[in-house]
Amino acid sequence: MSDENYEEDDLDLSSLDDDELVEQMHDDLYDGMADEIAEGTEILLARGWSPDKVLNDALVGGMAIVGVDFRDGILFVPEVLSAAGAMKAGMAILRPLLAETGAESVGKMVIGTVKGDIHDIGKNLVAMMMEGAGFEVIDIGINISVETYLEALEEHQPDILGMSALLTTTMPYMKVVIDTLKEQGIRDDYIVLVGGAPLNQEFGDAVGADGYCRDAAITVDMAKEMIALKRAA
Amino acid sequence: MVSVVKQSIVHTSEAKAVIICCSALLREILQVNKINGWDHFDVQCISAELHNYPDKICDAIKALIDLAKTKQQQIFVAYADCGTGGLLDAMLLEEGVERIPGAHCYEFYAGNELFNTFQEAELGTFYLTDFLVRHFDRLVIRGLGLDKKPELEPLYFGHYRKLLYIAQAADEKLQIQAQQAAKRLGLEYQYHFSGSGDLGRSLQKFNAQIAVTLV
Repeated sequence: MSDENYEEDDLDLSSLDDDELVEQMHDDLYDGMADEIAEGTEILLARGWSPDKVLNDALVGGMAIVGVDFRDGILFVPEVLSAAGAMKAGMAILRPLLAETGAESVGKMVIGTVKGDIHDIGKNLVAMMMEGAGFEVIDIGINISVETYLEALEEHQPDILGMSALLTTTMPYMKVVIDTLKEQGIRDDYIVLVGGAPLNQEFGDAVGADGYCRDAAITVDMAKEMIALKRAA
Repeated sequence: MVSVVKQSIVHTSEAKAVIICCSALLREILQVNKINGWDHFDVQCISAELHNYPDKICDAIKALIDLAKTKQQQIFVAYADCGTGGLLDAMLLEEGVERIPGAHCYEFYAGNELFNTFQEAELGTFYLTDFLVRHFDRLVIRGLGLDKKPELEPLYFGHYRKLLYIAQAADEKLQIQAQQAAKRLGLEYQYHFSGSGDLGRSLQKFNAQIAVTLV
Protein backbone atom coordinates (compact mmCIF):
# COMPACT_ATOMS: atom_id res chain seq x y z
CA MET A 1 0.00 0.00 0.00
CA SER A 2 1.39 3.40 -0.94
CA ASP A 3 1.83 6.30 1.45
CA GLU A 4 -0.97 8.02 -0.43
CA ASN A 5 -3.34 5.18 0.45
CA TYR A 6 -2.25 5.34 4.09
CA GLU A 7 -3.17 9.02 4.05
CA GLU A 8 -6.59 8.12 2.68
CA ASP A 9 -7.09 5.54 5.42
CA ASP A 10 -6.24 7.96 8.26
CA LEU A 11 -9.27 8.51 10.40
CA ASP A 12 -10.40 12.10 10.78
CA LEU A 13 -11.40 12.17 14.46
CA SER A 14 -13.27 15.43 14.06
CA SER A 15 -15.62 13.78 11.55
CA LEU A 16 -16.94 11.40 14.23
CA ASP A 17 -19.94 12.20 16.38
CA ASP A 18 -19.46 12.27 20.15
CA ASP A 19 -20.32 8.63 20.80
CA GLU A 20 -18.17 7.42 17.92
CA LEU A 21 -15.28 9.62 19.03
CA VAL A 22 -15.40 8.34 22.61
CA GLU A 23 -15.49 4.79 21.32
CA GLN A 24 -12.56 5.55 19.02
CA MET A 25 -10.65 7.07 21.95
CA HIS A 26 -11.20 3.90 23.93
CA ASP A 27 -9.67 1.98 21.02
CA ASP A 28 -6.80 4.48 20.76
CA LEU A 29 -6.12 4.21 24.50
CA TYR A 30 -6.09 0.45 24.17
CA ASP A 31 -3.55 0.78 21.38
CA GLY A 32 -1.44 3.34 23.26
CA MET A 33 -1.88 6.11 20.68
CA ALA A 34 -0.95 9.24 22.62
CA ASP A 35 -1.24 11.75 19.78
CA GLU A 36 -4.73 10.56 18.89
CA ILE A 37 -5.83 10.75 22.54
CA ALA A 38 -4.56 14.31 22.81
CA GLU A 39 -6.38 15.21 19.59
CA GLY A 40 -9.61 13.52 20.70
CA THR A 41 -9.43 15.31 24.05
CA GLU A 42 -9.06 18.67 22.32
CA ILE A 43 -11.97 17.94 19.99
CA LEU A 44 -14.34 17.01 22.82
CA LEU A 45 -13.35 20.11 24.78
CA ALA A 46 -13.91 22.26 21.69
CA ARG A 47 -17.38 20.73 21.39
CA GLY A 48 -18.18 22.05 24.85
CA TRP A 49 -17.60 18.93 26.91
CA SER A 50 -16.56 19.65 30.48
CA PRO A 51 -13.05 18.49 31.41
CA ASP A 52 -14.39 15.99 33.95
CA LYS A 53 -16.77 14.48 31.39
CA VAL A 54 -13.90 14.03 28.93
CA LEU A 55 -11.81 12.50 31.71
CA ASN A 56 -14.47 10.10 32.89
CA ASP A 57 -16.14 9.08 29.65
CA ALA A 58 -13.20 9.01 27.27
CA LEU A 59 -10.06 8.43 29.37
CA VAL A 60 -11.09 6.65 32.58
CA GLY A 61 -13.70 4.64 30.66
CA GLY A 62 -11.02 3.54 28.20
CA MET A 63 -8.51 2.70 30.91
CA ALA A 64 -11.16 0.62 32.66
CA ILE A 65 -11.29 -1.63 29.58
CA VAL A 66 -7.49 -1.84 29.61
CA GLY A 67 -7.58 -2.70 33.32
CA VAL A 68 -10.08 -5.51 32.83
CA ASP A 69 -8.11 -7.03 29.95
CA PHE A 70 -4.89 -6.79 31.98
CA ARG A 71 -6.59 -8.57 34.86
CA ASP A 72 -7.85 -11.25 32.48
CA GLY A 73 -4.42 -11.85 30.97
CA ILE A 74 -5.36 -10.46 27.55
CA LEU A 75 -3.07 -7.45 27.87
CA PHE A 76 0.39 -7.42 29.45
CA VAL A 77 2.52 -4.79 31.13
CA PRO A 78 3.96 -3.25 27.92
CA GLU A 79 0.49 -2.68 26.49
CA VAL A 80 -0.77 -1.25 29.78
CA LEU A 81 2.19 1.12 29.92
CA SER A 82 1.48 2.31 26.40
CA ALA A 83 -2.16 2.87 27.28
CA ALA A 84 -1.08 4.77 30.40
CA GLY A 85 1.22 6.90 28.28
CA ALA A 86 -1.70 7.73 26.01
CA MET A 87 -3.89 8.62 28.99
CA LYS A 88 -1.08 10.81 30.28
CA ALA A 89 -1.23 12.80 27.04
CA GLY A 90 -4.92 13.44 27.63
CA MET A 91 -4.38 14.20 31.32
CA ALA A 92 -1.75 16.80 30.45
CA ILE A 93 -4.45 18.77 28.62
CA LEU A 94 -7.17 18.19 31.20
CA ARG A 95 -5.21 18.69 34.44
CA PRO A 96 -5.01 22.52 34.34
CA LEU A 97 -8.64 22.73 33.25
CA LEU A 98 -9.78 20.44 36.05
CA ALA A 99 -7.83 22.58 38.53
CA GLU A 100 -9.60 25.69 37.23
CA THR A 101 -13.02 24.16 37.83
CA GLY A 102 -12.12 23.82 41.51
CA ALA A 103 -13.86 20.46 41.78
CA GLU A 104 -13.44 18.95 45.21
CA SER A 105 -11.08 15.97 45.20
CA VAL A 106 -12.45 12.56 46.09
CA GLY A 107 -9.62 12.21 48.58
CA LYS A 108 -5.90 12.71 48.97
CA MET A 109 -3.16 10.09 48.66
CA VAL A 110 0.55 10.13 49.39
CA ILE A 111 2.30 7.37 47.47
CA GLY A 112 5.90 6.17 47.19
CA THR A 113 8.09 3.14 46.53
CA VAL A 114 9.73 1.83 49.69
CA LYS A 115 13.35 2.22 50.72
CA GLY A 116 15.81 0.08 48.79
CA ASP A 117 13.55 -0.14 45.77
CA ILE A 118 13.82 1.97 42.63
CA HIS A 119 10.91 0.47 40.71
CA ASP A 120 8.01 2.76 40.02
CA ILE A 121 6.01 1.42 37.09
CA GLY A 122 3.22 0.08 39.30
CA LYS A 123 3.30 3.11 41.54
CA ASN A 124 3.04 5.46 38.57
CA LEU A 125 0.12 3.52 37.12
CA VAL A 126 -1.70 3.68 40.44
CA ALA A 127 -0.97 7.39 40.80
CA MET A 128 -2.34 8.10 37.36
CA MET A 129 -5.47 5.99 37.79
CA MET A 130 -6.14 7.56 41.19
CA GLU A 131 -5.72 11.03 39.72
CA GLY A 132 -8.05 10.05 36.89
CA ALA A 133 -10.61 8.96 39.47
CA GLY A 134 -10.52 12.41 41.06
CA PHE A 135 -8.02 11.88 43.86
CA GLU A 136 -5.33 14.39 44.69
CA VAL A 137 -2.12 12.38 44.48
CA ILE A 138 1.21 13.37 45.99
CA ASP A 139 3.86 11.10 44.50
CA ILE A 140 6.96 11.23 46.69
CA GLY A 141 9.02 8.99 44.43
CA ILE A 142 11.25 5.94 44.91
CA ASN A 143 13.55 4.58 47.63
CA ILE A 144 11.49 6.27 50.35
CA SER A 145 12.58 5.97 53.96
CA VAL A 146 10.16 5.88 56.87
CA GLU A 147 11.26 9.39 57.81
CA THR A 148 10.31 10.70 54.37
CA TYR A 149 6.93 8.96 54.49
CA LEU A 150 6.26 10.54 57.88
CA GLU A 151 7.29 13.99 56.68
CA ALA A 152 4.98 13.67 53.67
CA LEU A 153 2.07 12.55 55.87
CA GLU A 154 2.66 15.46 58.21
CA GLU A 155 2.89 17.95 55.38
CA HIS A 156 0.01 16.78 53.19
CA GLN A 157 -2.37 15.18 55.71
CA PRO A 158 -3.68 12.66 53.17
CA ASP A 159 -6.54 10.21 53.57
CA ILE A 160 -4.45 7.41 52.13
CA LEU A 161 -0.85 6.26 52.35
CA GLY A 162 0.15 4.07 49.41
CA MET A 163 3.32 2.00 49.43
CA SER A 164 4.74 0.04 46.52
CA ALA A 165 7.56 -2.51 46.14
CA LEU A 166 8.72 -4.78 43.35
CA LEU A 167 11.31 -6.77 45.26
CA THR A 168 10.83 -9.54 47.77
CA THR A 169 13.75 -8.04 49.63
CA THR A 170 12.24 -4.58 49.95
CA MET A 171 8.59 -5.32 50.63
CA PRO A 172 9.15 -6.05 54.35
CA TYR A 173 9.98 -2.35 54.74
CA MET A 174 6.25 -1.68 54.53
CA LYS A 175 5.94 -3.21 57.96
CA VAL A 176 8.66 -0.89 59.26
CA VAL A 177 6.61 2.08 58.09
CA ILE A 178 3.31 0.77 59.47
CA ASP A 179 4.91 -0.17 62.80
CA THR A 180 6.36 3.32 63.06
CA LEU A 181 2.93 4.81 62.43
CA LYS A 182 1.62 2.63 65.26
CA GLU A 183 4.44 3.65 67.61
CA GLN A 184 3.65 7.28 66.96
CA GLY A 185 -0.05 6.71 67.54
CA ILE A 186 -1.06 7.89 64.07
CA ARG A 187 -1.71 4.56 62.34
CA ASP A 188 -5.48 4.98 62.33
CA ASP A 189 -5.25 8.47 60.89
CA TYR A 190 -4.59 6.98 57.48
CA ILE A 191 -5.86 4.27 55.18
CA VAL A 192 -2.75 2.27 54.30
CA LEU A 193 -2.79 0.52 50.92
CA VAL A 194 0.06 -1.66 49.70
CA GLY A 195 0.84 -3.16 46.32
CA GLY A 196 3.51 -4.58 44.05
CA ALA A 197 4.22 -7.70 42.02
CA PRO A 198 5.54 -9.97 44.82
CA LEU A 199 2.87 -8.95 47.34
CA ASN A 200 -0.21 -10.93 48.17
CA GLN A 201 -3.19 -10.72 50.49
CA GLU A 202 -1.43 -12.73 53.21
CA PHE A 203 1.46 -10.28 53.19
CA GLY A 204 -0.86 -7.28 53.27
CA ASP A 205 -2.63 -8.77 56.30
CA ALA A 206 0.63 -9.69 58.01
CA VAL A 207 2.12 -6.19 57.81
CA GLY A 208 -1.12 -4.60 59.02
CA ALA A 209 -2.16 -2.78 55.85
CA ASP A 210 -5.81 -1.84 55.36
CA GLY A 211 -5.74 -3.20 51.85
CA TYR A 212 -3.64 -5.17 49.41
CA CYS A 213 -4.12 -3.81 45.91
CA ARG A 214 -3.52 -6.34 43.16
CA ASP A 215 -3.62 -3.75 40.39
CA ALA A 216 -4.25 -0.08 39.72
CA ALA A 217 -7.96 -0.46 38.96
CA ILE A 218 -8.55 -2.36 42.20
CA THR A 219 -6.65 0.33 44.09
CA VAL A 220 -9.09 2.97 42.87
CA ASP A 221 -12.13 0.90 43.82
CA MET A 222 -10.68 0.03 47.21
CA ALA A 223 -9.65 3.61 47.92
CA LYS A 224 -13.12 4.95 47.13
CA GLU A 225 -14.80 2.29 49.24
CA MET A 226 -12.52 2.76 52.24
CA ILE A 227 -12.78 6.54 52.18
CA ALA A 228 -16.58 6.28 52.05
CA LEU A 229 -16.55 3.90 55.03
CA LYS A 230 -14.17 6.11 57.01
CA ARG A 231 -16.20 9.23 56.37
CA ALA A 232 -19.42 7.45 57.27
CA ALA A 233 -17.98 6.22 60.57
CA MET B 1 -0.39 -20.08 28.01
CA VAL B 2 0.87 -23.63 27.99
CA SER B 3 4.52 -22.91 27.31
CA VAL B 4 4.89 -20.91 30.47
CA VAL B 5 4.02 -23.75 32.78
CA LYS B 6 5.74 -26.42 30.73
CA GLN B 7 7.78 -28.69 32.90
CA SER B 8 10.74 -30.73 31.78
CA ILE B 9 12.05 -33.94 33.18
CA VAL B 10 15.73 -33.82 32.43
CA HIS B 11 16.86 -37.08 33.93
CA THR B 12 14.36 -39.86 34.43
CA SER B 13 16.17 -42.60 36.24
CA GLU B 14 14.67 -44.30 39.25
CA ALA B 15 16.73 -41.90 41.31
CA LYS B 16 16.03 -41.59 45.01
CA ALA B 17 16.48 -37.83 44.97
CA VAL B 18 15.36 -34.96 42.82
CA ILE B 19 16.46 -31.39 42.31
CA ILE B 20 13.53 -29.21 41.28
CA CYS B 21 14.81 -26.06 39.67
CA CYS B 22 14.17 -23.07 37.48
CA SER B 23 15.29 -23.60 33.89
CA ALA B 24 17.55 -20.58 34.37
CA LEU B 25 19.68 -22.77 36.66
CA LEU B 26 19.50 -26.03 34.73
CA ARG B 27 22.76 -25.69 32.82
CA GLU B 28 24.73 -24.83 35.97
CA ILE B 29 23.11 -27.63 37.99
CA LEU B 30 23.93 -30.20 35.34
CA GLN B 31 27.48 -28.84 35.25
CA VAL B 32 27.84 -29.17 39.05
CA ASN B 33 26.45 -32.71 38.86
CA LYS B 34 28.83 -33.61 36.07
CA ILE B 35 31.92 -32.19 37.79
CA ASN B 36 31.07 -34.08 40.97
CA GLY B 37 30.12 -37.27 39.17
CA TRP B 38 26.62 -37.18 40.64
CA ASP B 39 24.36 -39.28 38.46
CA HIS B 40 21.91 -40.17 41.17
CA PHE B 41 19.67 -37.14 40.89
CA ASP B 42 16.60 -36.54 38.83
CA VAL B 43 16.62 -32.92 37.74
CA GLN B 44 13.27 -31.42 36.89
CA CYS B 45 12.68 -27.84 35.94
CA ILE B 46 10.00 -25.31 35.25
CA SER B 47 10.26 -22.52 32.72
CA ALA B 48 12.16 -19.36 33.70
CA GLU B 49 9.37 -17.43 32.02
CA LEU B 50 7.33 -18.05 35.17
CA HIS B 51 9.24 -15.09 36.61
CA ASN B 52 6.79 -12.94 34.71
CA TYR B 53 3.93 -14.76 36.44
CA PRO B 54 5.16 -15.21 40.03
CA ASP B 55 1.69 -16.22 41.21
CA LYS B 56 2.08 -19.42 39.17
CA ILE B 57 5.48 -20.42 40.59
CA CYS B 58 4.26 -22.16 43.75
CA ASP B 59 1.73 -24.33 41.95
CA ALA B 60 4.28 -25.37 39.33
CA ILE B 61 6.83 -26.36 41.99
CA LYS B 62 4.19 -28.04 44.12
CA ALA B 63 3.18 -30.21 41.15
CA LEU B 64 6.75 -31.43 40.81
CA ILE B 65 7.00 -32.02 44.56
CA ASP B 66 3.82 -34.10 44.43
CA LEU B 67 5.27 -36.10 41.56
CA ALA B 68 8.52 -36.66 43.46
CA LYS B 69 6.61 -37.78 46.54
CA THR B 70 4.79 -40.42 44.54
CA LYS B 71 8.24 -41.76 43.65
CA GLN B 72 9.33 -41.46 47.29
CA GLN B 73 12.23 -39.25 46.24
CA GLN B 74 14.10 -36.87 48.51
CA ILE B 75 13.63 -33.36 47.25
CA PHE B 76 15.67 -30.18 47.02
CA VAL B 77 14.32 -27.03 45.42
CA ALA B 78 16.81 -24.86 43.57
CA TYR B 79 14.56 -21.89 43.20
CA ALA B 80 14.84 -18.51 44.88
CA ASP B 81 11.81 -16.64 46.18
CA CYS B 82 11.68 -14.94 42.78
CA GLY B 83 8.75 -12.70 43.51
CA THR B 84 6.47 -15.14 45.29
CA GLY B 85 6.56 -12.83 48.28
CA GLY B 86 7.22 -15.61 50.77
CA LEU B 87 4.51 -17.94 49.45
CA LEU B 88 7.12 -20.36 48.11
CA ASP B 89 8.72 -20.67 51.53
CA ALA B 90 5.33 -21.14 53.18
CA MET B 91 4.47 -23.95 50.76
CA LEU B 92 7.88 -25.61 51.15
CA LEU B 93 7.60 -25.45 54.93
CA GLU B 94 4.29 -27.26 54.71
CA GLU B 95 5.80 -29.84 52.36
CA GLY B 96 8.94 -30.26 54.49
CA VAL B 97 11.20 -29.41 51.57
CA GLU B 98 14.31 -27.20 51.64
CA ARG B 99 15.30 -24.67 49.04
CA ILE B 100 18.38 -22.69 48.23
CA PRO B 101 18.32 -19.50 50.32
CA GLY B 102 17.99 -16.12 48.64
CA ALA B 103 15.56 -13.83 46.94
CA HIS B 104 16.92 -14.18 43.42
CA CYS B 105 19.40 -16.37 41.55
CA TYR B 106 21.88 -13.53 41.13
CA GLU B 107 21.85 -13.19 44.92
CA PHE B 108 22.80 -16.81 45.64
CA TYR B 109 25.35 -16.87 42.84
CA ALA B 110 27.09 -13.83 44.32
CA GLY B 111 26.52 -14.91 47.91
CA ASN B 112 24.32 -12.91 50.24
CA GLU B 113 27.05 -10.75 51.77
CA LEU B 114 28.64 -9.74 48.49
CA PHE B 115 25.26 -9.18 46.88
CA ASN B 116 24.34 -6.76 49.65
CA THR B 117 27.59 -4.93 48.99
CA PHE B 118 26.67 -4.64 45.31
CA GLN B 119 23.24 -3.32 46.22
CA GLU B 120 24.60 -0.78 48.67
CA ALA B 121 27.14 0.42 46.13
CA GLU B 122 24.46 1.11 43.53
CA LEU B 123 20.77 0.56 44.16
CA GLY B 124 20.10 1.03 40.48
CA THR B 125 21.91 -2.13 39.41
CA PHE B 126 20.46 -4.46 36.80
CA TYR B 127 21.81 -7.98 37.24
CA LEU B 128 22.53 -10.57 34.60
CA THR B 129 23.64 -14.18 35.02
CA ASP B 130 24.97 -16.45 32.27
CA PHE B 131 21.42 -17.55 31.54
CA LEU B 132 20.12 -14.00 31.34
CA VAL B 133 22.99 -12.96 29.08
CA ARG B 134 22.29 -15.88 26.75
CA HIS B 135 18.59 -15.06 26.64
CA PHE B 136 18.80 -11.28 26.98
CA ASP B 137 16.95 -10.54 23.77
CA ARG B 138 14.16 -13.03 24.43
CA LEU B 139 13.62 -12.40 28.14
CA VAL B 140 14.52 -8.74 28.53
CA ILE B 141 14.08 -6.99 25.19
CA ARG B 142 11.18 -9.02 23.82
CA GLY B 143 9.92 -10.05 27.26
CA LEU B 144 9.42 -6.43 28.24
CA GLY B 145 8.05 -5.55 24.81
CA LEU B 146 10.96 -3.24 24.01
CA ASP B 147 11.33 -4.66 20.51
CA LYS B 148 7.89 -3.34 19.62
CA LYS B 149 7.69 -0.40 22.00
CA PRO B 150 11.20 1.04 22.46
CA GLU B 151 9.65 4.19 23.89
CA LEU B 152 8.93 2.20 27.07
CA GLU B 153 12.64 1.75 27.83
CA PRO B 154 12.93 4.82 30.09
CA LEU B 155 9.94 3.57 32.09
CA TYR B 156 11.64 0.23 32.76
CA PHE B 157 15.24 1.34 33.12
CA GLY B 158 15.05 5.04 33.94
CA HIS B 159 16.34 4.53 37.48
CA TYR B 160 19.05 2.00 36.63
CA ARG B 161 22.65 3.15 36.43
CA LYS B 162 24.67 -0.02 36.16
CA LEU B 163 24.51 -3.50 34.64
CA LEU B 164 26.39 -6.10 36.69
CA TYR B 165 27.10 -9.39 34.99
CA ILE B 166 27.54 -12.07 37.67
CA ALA B 167 29.19 -14.83 35.67
CA GLN B 168 29.01 -18.55 36.37
CA ALA B 169 31.36 -19.49 33.55
CA ALA B 170 34.48 -17.64 32.43
CA ASP B 171 33.22 -17.16 28.89
CA GLU B 172 34.57 -14.27 26.82
CA LYS B 173 31.73 -14.49 24.33
CA LEU B 174 29.16 -14.03 27.11
CA GLN B 175 31.16 -11.11 28.49
CA ILE B 176 31.00 -9.40 25.11
CA GLN B 177 27.25 -10.06 24.94
CA ALA B 178 26.81 -8.66 28.46
CA GLN B 179 28.75 -5.53 27.53
CA GLN B 180 26.53 -5.14 24.48
CA ALA B 181 23.46 -5.52 26.70
CA ALA B 182 24.77 -2.76 28.99
CA LYS B 183 25.40 -0.54 26.00
CA ARG B 184 21.95 -1.33 24.62
CA LEU B 185 20.37 -0.16 27.89
CA GLY B 186 22.74 2.77 28.33
CA LEU B 187 24.13 1.41 31.61
CA GLU B 188 27.62 1.30 33.07
CA TYR B 189 29.05 -2.20 32.77
CA GLN B 190 30.56 -4.23 35.60
CA TYR B 191 31.68 -7.85 35.73
CA HIS B 192 31.96 -10.28 38.62
CA PHE B 193 32.87 -13.94 38.36
CA SER B 194 30.95 -16.00 40.93
CA GLY B 195 31.17 -19.55 39.60
CA SER B 196 28.33 -21.66 40.96
CA GLY B 197 28.39 -19.72 44.27
CA ASP B 198 25.85 -20.75 46.88
CA LEU B 199 24.11 -22.94 44.29
CA GLY B 200 27.10 -25.28 44.23
CA ARG B 201 27.42 -25.21 48.01
CA SER B 202 23.71 -25.96 48.49
CA LEU B 203 23.87 -28.92 46.12
CA GLN B 204 26.94 -30.24 47.96
CA LYS B 205 24.97 -30.04 51.19
CA PHE B 206 21.96 -31.81 49.68
CA ASN B 207 24.19 -34.51 48.24
CA ALA B 208 25.75 -35.05 51.66
CA GLN B 209 22.27 -35.43 53.19
CA ILE B 210 21.31 -37.91 50.49
CA ALA B 211 24.47 -39.91 51.10
CA VAL B 212 23.70 -40.17 54.80
CA THR B 213 20.07 -41.11 54.18
CA LEU B 214 20.79 -43.70 51.54
CA VAL B 215 23.51 -45.50 53.48
